[in-house]
Amino acid sequence: MRPEASAASGLETHAWPGSYGDRAKPRMGFFTDTSVCIGCKACEVACKEWNQIPMSIQGFTGNSYDNTIDLGANSWRHVAFVEQRVSTDAREGDTFAEIAARNGAIDAGVQTYQEGDGIRWLMASDVCKHCTDAACLEVCPTGALFRTEYETVVVQEDVCNGCGYCVPACPFGVLDQREDDGRVWKCTLCYDRLKDDKEPACAQACPTNSIQFGELAELRQRAEHRLAQLAEAGQEKARLYLADEDDGIHGAGAFFLLLDEPEVYGLPPDPVDTVRDLKEIWAAAGVAAAALGAALAATVFGGSR
Amino acid sequence: MSVTSYHGQAVIKEPIWTWEIPCYFYTGGLAGASAGLACLAELRGNDVLARRAWAAALAGGAVSPLLLSSDLGRPLRALNMFRMFKVTSPMSVGSWILLGSGNAIGVAAANAWLGWFPRLAKVARPVAALLGLPLSTYTAALIANTAVPVWHEARRELPLVFGSGAALSAGAAAIALTPPRDAAPARRLALAGAVLETTTKRMMERRLGEHGDPYKQGQGATYGHIAHACLGLGALLAARRASSSRAAAIAAGALLSAGALSARWSVFRAGFQSAADPKYVVGPQREAIDRGQRSGAARRASRVAQPDPAIGSPATVS
Repeated sequence: MRPEASAASGLETHAWPGSYGDRAKPRMGFFTDTSVCIGCKACEVACKEWNQIPMSIQGFTGNSYDNTIDLGANSWRHVAFVEQRVSTDAREGDTFAEIAARNGAIDAGVQTYQEGDGIRWLMASDVCKHCTDAACLEVCPTGALFRTEYETVVVQEDVCNGCGYCVPACPFGVLDQREDDGRVWKCTLCYDRLKDDKEPACAQACPTNSIQFGELAELRQRAEHRLAQLAEAGQEKARLYLADEDDGIHGAGAFFLLLDEPEVYGLPPDPVDTVRDLKEIWAAAGVAAAALGAALAATVFGGSR
Repeated sequence: MSVTSYHGQAVIKEPIWTWEIPCYFYTGGLAGASAGLACLAELRGNDVLARRAWAAALAGGAVSPLLLSSDLGRPLRALNMFRMFKVTSPMSVGSWILLGSGNAIGVAAANAWLGWFPRLAKVARPVAALLGLPLSTYTAALIANTAVPVWHEARRELPLVFGSGAALSAGAAAIALTPPRDAAPARRLALAGAVLETTTKRMMERRLGEHGDPYKQGQGATYGHIAHACLGLGALLAARRASSSRAAAIAAGALLSAGALSARWSVFRAGFQSAADPKYVVGPQREAIDRGQRSGAARRASRVAQPDPAIGSPATVS
């Protein structure tokens, strides 16, 4: 574990199964600023190309411009498109551009307000969160999932046996099994590129810097200023998601600036690493096992032979 | 209960586990509790029952690893389960329990039926019986330790349901396999298991509240009804006729076994329903935030008083 990262900073992860010692690197992550996402899907394409992910054409959904649908074995970046009728401080006869201008959205560089028809378009590029407390990693029985020296979470494809435990364990529904392959796949935060001091493919491809890559400590700093900037511009619904150590996963390596509630984007409002309840779970299983033993003894010995 | 969602899509993934897993919930419990029944019946001096129970334990213990391997995305990598031992992964712990109890059951059963390994069997019998207890309940811990609300929120009750189901399964198998005059303990075990299974499952569903909706509709409910019907009929038959008629005993054992299997399927399918609908995932999370019990993962107040545009703006990122 990184010596300079104090416990209070909330940047430390459990470097299970062991510590990297001197070889530990600063914790790296993504800050996805959805307020400047233009929905170009360059991140999805760059990710597919670099990581050589099989195609995943699932048809035409009719859900705005989203035909990727969700994160999964073959989609490690997913751009969500939300169309909202906005009830802002609109007055009779206002054009949406006027409303946007009045509450400072344009000056603040918020790209999500479309002119004319009163539709608010939210776009957000979703990705594996590389949780501080990563349920997938903790439940993986083979050790295929591991914590890298950058404190990211990666699946070792030569170890994964496709048991599927990580799939329902992830509170964000990130991991999934690849058909005809059997193993589970997800974002590696471009572990191979990090080793070469290059940024992940999605961040490099992003034309608006909606996806920002860097040391997590610095990214959080940047995000705080961005949030304050947006608040000053009247974007009161802007919020940081997974940027704190006091949430149910003790913060994430990939965190977000959102312009509405997390569930609007398909993200859980209060994700929890269920391993925090593990003592209770094991205790209940132990009590039940003991009760079963007692029931067996009572029925065998309590009565005729 | 209506919640905001992204085009109605699921927030978490449904499990990818297939039919082998609920069947394993049954066979694992059958093996575990049968080993206990066999060991205790032997101590009580009922060798006829003990031999049948060892056979049932062997059947469960032999089928279980096959079911589990078959469910893997990469069955040839089944042995990767034994690369490490992780308490944070009930699947890892369970793999080791199954390995240990499976071998112990094998030795005990071989001794009971063929007279092999007489010395080893003295150790294997209690080991099989003891490991059988966690073997019967760890599967509940396994599914409770997921993000699936109907499983995770039932983390305190699920092991009791599975433990009861294991007792029921072992009793039912022994009723069917054993001549009626030697099967009295098996009948008591099956009846107690049927009552406990029904009551603990009902208690779990009640405590789940809104989380428990998947047990009231769809396949979660269907398998629950099948289980009720089979258990009711099977228990009646076991209590009234199984002590005198071998045919009735076999029928009662089969019905009770079907009930135990259906109950596992009910729990299994309820998990899928719970994961698939965002109202079960987002709803309770949002309500807990609204009630002020949880603060959630989003924060609107910045931790800097004055924004510095040179730091915050995306345009300044190199």
